[in-house]
Amino acid sequence: MELKTKIHAEDGQQDLVITRDFDVPRALLFTAYTDPEIIAQWMGTRVLKLESKRHGSWQFETTDAQGNVVFRAGGVIHEFIPDQKITRTFEMENTPFGPQLEFLEFEALPNDTSRLRMHIVYRSVAQRNQQLQLPFAKGLNMAHNRLEDVVRPLK
Amino acid sequence: MNLRRDAFQAIADPTRRAILLLLASQSLSAGAIAASFDTARPTVSKHLQILTECELLKQEQTGREIYYHLNPSRMKEIADFIEPFRQMWDDRFNKLETILKERQANPPKDPR
Repeated sequence: MELKTKIHAEDGQQDLVITRDFDVPRALLFTAYTDPEIIAQWMGTRVLKLESKRHGSWQFETTDAQGNVVFRAGGVIHEFIPDQKITRTFEMENTPFGPQLEFLEFEALPNDTSRLRMHIVYRSVAQRNQQLQLPFAKGLNMAHNRLEDVVRPLK
Repeated sequence: MNLRRDAFQAIADPTRRAILLLLASQSLSAGAIAASFDTARPTVSKHLQILTECELLKQEQTGREIYYHLNPSRMKEIADFIEPFRQMWDDRFNKLETILKERQANPPKDPR
C-alpha cells in the first residue's frame, strides 16, 4: 500500500522532507496554516498571534486544565505566497532544540486534491536525528504511563 | 577483533551507502562491485566485510566468485528507525484531512 505521508531523511544531512497528499483542494489545505480555528483543531493548540505576511510573526500556546502552559512555540514568517508557499522559522520554547527553518509548499493536484511538502532544516545533523527519535521516546513514555495506569489499581 | 553490528554505523559511510544502492536492483560479485568504484579493491573489500558483519549484505558462493545481495529484513530495520516520526505526522495529517473535509462539506456561514 502506498503511504500517504512520506519522510525523506538522508543519512548525515541536517534536513528532512515530509510530503503528504490530501483529498481536498489546495486553497482549503492552505487554511490549515492560516485559519486560527483550523490550526486550533488539528494542532490542538491556541493561536496567540499569527501574522500571515512577510516579516510577520506567530505564536501558539497550549495550556492544561489547570491553566499551566505545557507547550509554547513561535517564529517569524519570511515568505508568504497565498495558497502556494510559506517560509518560516519554528521554535519550541523552553526546550533545548533551538529554532528550525521550514519551507512549506502547497501543490494543486488533479481532481481537487493537493500536496503539502515540508522541508525542515535543523542546525545540525545531531539535532535533526534527535527530532526524528523524539516520537519514539515519547511513544515509549506513553506506553509506560499507560502501563502504570493499568498496574496502579492492582497494587 | 572489531565487533561492528550497528547497522546505523554501517550506513554512515558514503561508499557503503553507494554499495547498498548498487545492490538494490541486482546481486553482484565482489569483483564487479569493486570495478564500479575508483577506490582500491582492498578498501571496497573492507566495506563489503563491514556490511556483511552488520548483516546488511548476504554472501553467496557461486563457483569461484562470492556474490553479494541485500538483506531486506535488516534494511527494513533502518527504515523502521524513522517510522514513529512518520506515524506521528501521519496521525496529525489524517486528523487535519478529516477537519478540512468537514469544512468542505459544511462551509462556515459567514466567510472571513
